[in-house]
Amino acid sequence: MTPVLASAGNVVVWMVWVVAGFSCLASGVAVISFRNPFFSALALIGNLASLAVMYLLLSAEFVAAAQVLVYAGAVVVMFLFVIAYVGPRQEEAWKDGPRLQTLGAVLAAGALLVEIIVAVSLAAGHDLGHDGTVGPVFGSPSYIGRLFLVDHLLAFEITSVVLLIAAIGGVILGSHSKRTESIES
Amino acid sequence: MSGPGTTWYLALAAFLFGIGALGVLIRRNPLIVLLSLELMLNGGNLALIAFSRHFANGTGQIFGLAVMAVAASEVCVGLGLVVAINRKKLALDVDRLSELRG
Repeated sequence: MTPVLASAGNVVVWMVWVVAGFSCLASGVAVISFRNPFFSALALIGNLASLAVMYLLLSAEFVAAAQVLVYAGAVVVMFLFVIAYVGPRQEEAWKDGPRLQTLGAVLAAGALLVEIIVAVSLAAGHDLGHDGTVGPVFGSPSYIGRLFLVDHLLAFEITSVVLLIAAIGGVILGSHSKRTESIES
Repeated sequence: MSGPGTTWYLALAAFLFGIGALGVLIRRNPLIVLLSLELMLNGGNLALIAFSRHFANGTGQIFGLAVMAVAASEVCVGLGLVVAINRKKLALDVDRLSELRG
């Protein structure tokens, strides 16, 4: 590839990164600032889509596809179902001491952010200058499948058990049992 | 790697995590708290995958997929709790749900 073409590709990657990063942060702020949970869930879809673009830029194709399928396809749809089931409920206004609690929350979140940035840059700041080179196979489904089913088989099996237990827990929590109703009445 | 380096991705992941943490702390609707938790998990996932690319090692992607499965489990249990709370006609407000009695 000629240098001119390479730098043009670099500029395109930067532009895609900036757009995806901006929409990622903007939709994240939208998720936590909408009053109606329905719009928050819709904003989360935008966040997940821009993160999928990020994963593609990081040559993690399979994770990007799984992100869109699992999150936007299943998790957000489940959220929307539950929001529709619960019905439209606006958050009530703060009654007493709202300022102090909000201020404390903002301070705590800011402190957490600063701590993460300082910790990461202290631990790895000098080491992030060079990138490993990867082949075209990196991140492809066959690569991930081989890693998952050969090198990390135990993690794969544990993941399935965790999902099963969560599904059973969700069914038990959501089920209408006669026993709990008789206790209530 | 052409384009932004790993540091940029890590900064974005840190900010995403911070936004999610802020949402968990300031919002009181449990549904939005769960959505903010998803933001935090996604921030962690982005850092994992950026490091996976940086060290050209696929284990980070495997870890990211495992985090996704755990996030799906967490949403499953959390939404089950929201449905149970709603059935008991309690307020959907994490500040007012302060006792563990059923």
